[in-house]
Amino acid sequence: MLAARVIPCLDIKDGRVVKGVRFQQLRDAGDPVENAAAYEEQGADEIILLDVSATPEGRGNAVETVRAVRAVLSIPLTVGGGVRKESDAGRLLDAGADKVGINTAAVSRPDLVAEIAQRFGSQCTVLAVDAAARPGEPPVIGTRRGHIRTSPSQLRSRWEVVVKSGSDRTGLDVVEWCRKATTLGAGEILLTSWDRDGTRDGYDVDLITAVAGAVTVPVIASGGAARSEHLVAALRAGASAVLVASILHDGDTTVADLKLGLSRGGITVRR
Amino acid sequence: MRQVVVIPTGTANTASVIAAFKRLDAEPVLAADPQAVEGAERVVLPGVGAFAPAIDRIDQLGMRDALTSRIQGGQPTLAICLGMQLLCTSSEESPDSIGLGIVPEIVTRFTAELRVPQLGWNMVEPDGSTSLEPGWAYFANSYKVPRLPEDWAGATTDYGGSFVSAMERGAVLACQFHPELSGAWGSNLLRRWLWKTA
Repeated sequence: MLAARVIPCLDIKDGRVVKGVRFQQLRDAGDPVENAAAYEEQGADEIILLDVSATPEGRGNAVETVRAVRAVLSIPLTVGGGVRKESDAGRLLDAGADKVGINTAAVSRPDLVAEIAQRFGSQCTVLAVDAAARPGEPPVIGTRRGHIRTSPSQLRSRWEVVVKSGSDRTGLDVVEWCRKATTLGAGEILLTSWDRDGTRDGYDVDLITAVAGAVTVPVIASGGAARSEHLVAALRAGASAVLVASILHDGDTTVADLKLGLSRGGITVRR
Repeated sequence: MRQVVVIPTGTANTASVIAAFKRLDAEPVLAADPQAVEGAERVVLPGVGAFAPAIDRIDQLGMRDALTSRIQGGQPTLAICLGMQLLCTSSEESPDSIGLGIVPEIVTRFTAELRVPQLGWNMVEPDGSTSLEPGWAYFANSYKVPRLPEDWAGATTDYGGSFVSAMERGAVLACQFHPELSGAWGSNLLRRWLWKTA
């Protein structure tokens, strides 16, 4: 039986780990190689590196950091940030990534998902989606699986895709976009709640339920984790993996403690 | 220092395989031609991506015969993920392509009720007399070898039913999982394979 995965995420800016709240107020959180090695030691199932400097300033991706982390890491490594073309993905994979996350560029040009999946395979093509509740709609209170009826025949989800670290609201429906990306070849969805990112209010369970129910690929829940109960709720809602960042970087807990909590909550984990 | 010849199957993840062997103080080198594969003490056939482009790449490099004869002869060879599937006759993924045909099985897709690809850690359970140990291994696959062929030992894993997670014959080891990404358990497996003799 497949174990639920706990995935520490390192946001990288200028070769350092950073963390903010809703992608802003970034603060230093250490050296990527040291952090990645420590999390593997604690029992992390995978590591995600996101180059957060890549998109807003239009800079390239963190190849050197990937190479340095790969040298010490014997668990899977996913890298995202600034992937605009197939060759960007190739460069990250050559440096030692096992999977590549695509976000903003795929929203502008969905065929990028198909190009990367055809070249490198679906299992290494991760669609990263930043989801925000549409303005004027309650971000927390649940409705029927998170959908709103806009006309007698039309349902849309309560979330829209945001890009460029949340500065651009696209109006694109999150659930529709995830479904479309998987038909183009995305093999996994990294689903971040922009509303919850860095807040420690728990994952957006309605969002996870809506997306995991609409696609057949694994979904990684992201944004808002503070306690193992939050992780249990996300996994019960249909996520295959949970992403954690702030609480680990700040030393509030460890991967081992979180996994112990999952195990006590009846979730199968690798121990 | 033990040299390991890695076949460049053209797609991703070769860097992870090379990094894993370097951590074990082996010397991984990329194979340039079929002679390198014939003469090598140890060969790794990695593979991610689709069946057709990977087997086409092996044919382009002229390595089909060299690979087949060393695997038939039990020379130390490690096939990883798609590399293991290439040992079979063919695959549902690319019905028009012909595999190495060393293992008389057809590679099949996981059933529709499951989340596919299988991405994550699953339990490897050794079957028969093998050097494999039980443990958690990292998988990233949509297709699998359905049953253990005769004359091979190995291991199975459960994902909506049992599938073959490893096959072993002599010093030939084929893994559906990624030992290079399977933590300390995977490193130990690679280390044992490095010291195997034909």
